[in-house]
Amino acid sequence: MTSTLVAPAPALNAPAQGARSEGARVLRAGFIPLVDASVLIVAAECGFAAREGLTLDLVRDVSWANVRDRLAFRQFDIAHMLSPMPVASMLGLGSNPSPTITPFSLGRGGNAITLSTRLFARMRDAGAPEVGDALTNARVLRRVLDDMREAGEAPPTFGVTYPFSSHNYEFRYWLAAGGIDPDRDVKLVVVPPPMTSDALAAGAIDGFCVGAPWNMVASERGVGRIVAAKQDIWPSAPEKVVGMRPDWAESHPETVSRLLVALDAAARWCDGSENHDDLAALLAQPNYLSAPVDIIRRVLAGEFSLDDTGERRVIPDYFTFHGGFSNYPRPSHALWTYSQMLRWGQVEWSQASAEKALSAYRPDLYRAALGTGPEDADLRTEGVVYGDRFMDGFTFDPRAIPDYVAAFPVRYEQVSGPVNDDA
Amino acid sequence: MRHADLTILVIDENAIRSSIIEEGLREAGHLKVTVIHEVNGVARIIETLKPDVIIIDLENPNRDMMEHLFQLTRTVSRPIAMFVDRSDTASIEAAVDAGVSAYIVDGLRKERVKPILDMAVSRFNAFSRLQRELAEAKSALEERKVVERAKGIMMKMRGLSEEEAFALLRQTAMNEKKKIADIAQSVVTAAGLLT
Repeated sequence: MTSTLVAPAPALNAPAQGARSEGARVLRAGFIPLVDASVLIVAAECGFAAREGLTLDLVRDVSWANVRDRLAFRQFDIAHMLSPMPVASMLGLGSNPSPTITPFSLGRGGNAITLSTRLFARMRDAGAPEVGDALTNARVLRRVLDDMREAGEAPPTFGVTYPFSSHNYEFRYWLAAGGIDPDRDVKLVVVPPPMTSDALAAGAIDGFCVGAPWNMVASERGVGRIVAAKQDIWPSAPEKVVGMRPDWAESHPETVSRLLVALDAAARWCDGSENHDDLAALLAQPNYLSAPVDIIRRVLAGEFSLDDTGERRVIPDYFTFHGGFSNYPRPSHALWTYSQMLRWGQVEWSQASAEKALSAYRPDLYRAALGTGPEDADLRTEGVVYGDRFMDGFTFDPRAIPDYVAAFPVRYEQVSGPVNDDA
Repeated sequence: MRHADLTILVIDENAIRSSIIEEGLREAGHLKVTVIHEVNGVARIIETLKPDVIIIDLENPNRDMMEHLFQLTRTVSRPIAMFVDRSDTASIEAAVDAGVSAYIVDGLRKERVKPILDMAVSRFNAFSRLQRELAEAKSALEERKVVERAKGIMMKMRGLSEEEAFALLRQTAMNEKKKIADIAQSVVTAAGLLT
């Protein structure tokens, strides 16, 4: 249905010899059903890949571990990935680390933290304002947790999507900003995104941090209350990326270049609000997100139902697919991810490991393909610009990572004893 | 019975398939086999069981939960690695194609584990073949039923004999380059609309 969304590619844009000789004009691309797979889906469906002489063969998968393995074992050429996944792979973390790089981010925004209506009711009793800011909500949750501990109640269980995910680091960031130790005061587990709303309804978890549209799905069902969005925690926080094997990128330079041109054009299209009805209809299809089209449309507009009582909030630029060089793989973002891995005990600091983390992001490939890029430094200090601050007021200097991590009052400490041990 | 001392955990939401795997493992002399169908509480099971090999189906979205578990190496005492031999790409491809993944304790000799994974792969494949055949048999039956109904309608409405009705269906299918069952379905649908 969607092949008519843009005009078919004119014949003069026939693929050059280069990509053809690389023998990779059909790219198998793995993805997880989430709104931030939009750029890949649009590139495949609306003619942007075809215009570059490429065919994107999209394959929906059920777990990030599968996506990682299928990319590693060459069943996928490229994949929709969590931005910490290439970083983790370069650091040798996870059960199957295989070198992975990213030359392209899939945009900004999209995550939120949702708590069960039950837990939020207790926060309200503890003085939470009806529409509080993210930091206030986290601090009130801290008071509720203190009360629960005193009353001998079990700590709540919260879901994230993957150990190396923006969701894991953002949930931890939000909790810690409120004075909550995510390894000691609550139990963090992994829940696949499409199951979050059911898990919340069933009481298996008391909250989660996940990408769109699953927060809104839970809030509109009346089982959850959105208490923080990614924009509240850090608007620029890295989200999803396009991952690929470095050896594949090296042996297919022309294909990589064409792919990035196609993705760039698709991302620009996704940013156009005049295209959002078409985009929502495309994403809602059963082979993609298989979610209600009206929810997706409101997610794209950043119109949030905080719960099912009609409490609303509009987040401008909840999704940015292209603007402001959102697709540029910023090296300082790779290092911020690394700093959070360090903060929560997933890695130990060393200059060598920081460099490995950095090698996962390939702005050189982005610049080579698109001939453009942001003008500020690749290793810029993050969180200093108005409108792009961290919720706790910290700033991140990628040249002083150990100091940055040491300054957090809440972080993983080796001596602090065992952490939660259940899944 | 040289493999009998390995402890194996099978995690598969499909009860039939997992029992086929379990049977295969027992036939191969493995006696310490545990099968679970959901991953709730799997952390505790792994801690008490201390499996040498974990077999899990790739269609299980809860694989990401396992990744989380393995990341908590502070509590799951033994390092666990994926697949048997990273250089053996043919085996890996076969496993991924079949839809099965394995985690093994780091340092376990691959000759000891490879037969287990090979067996799991072949049984996963056998299971999907079985399912495919079952689905095909089912749809063949459905098609026969709809052709019978179409013939009945044509005999009644046009006064044809059974042979004539079938011949007309077949001829129309050939003319329109469609399957007889598709033409028959159109007849049944049209009759439903017109009567």
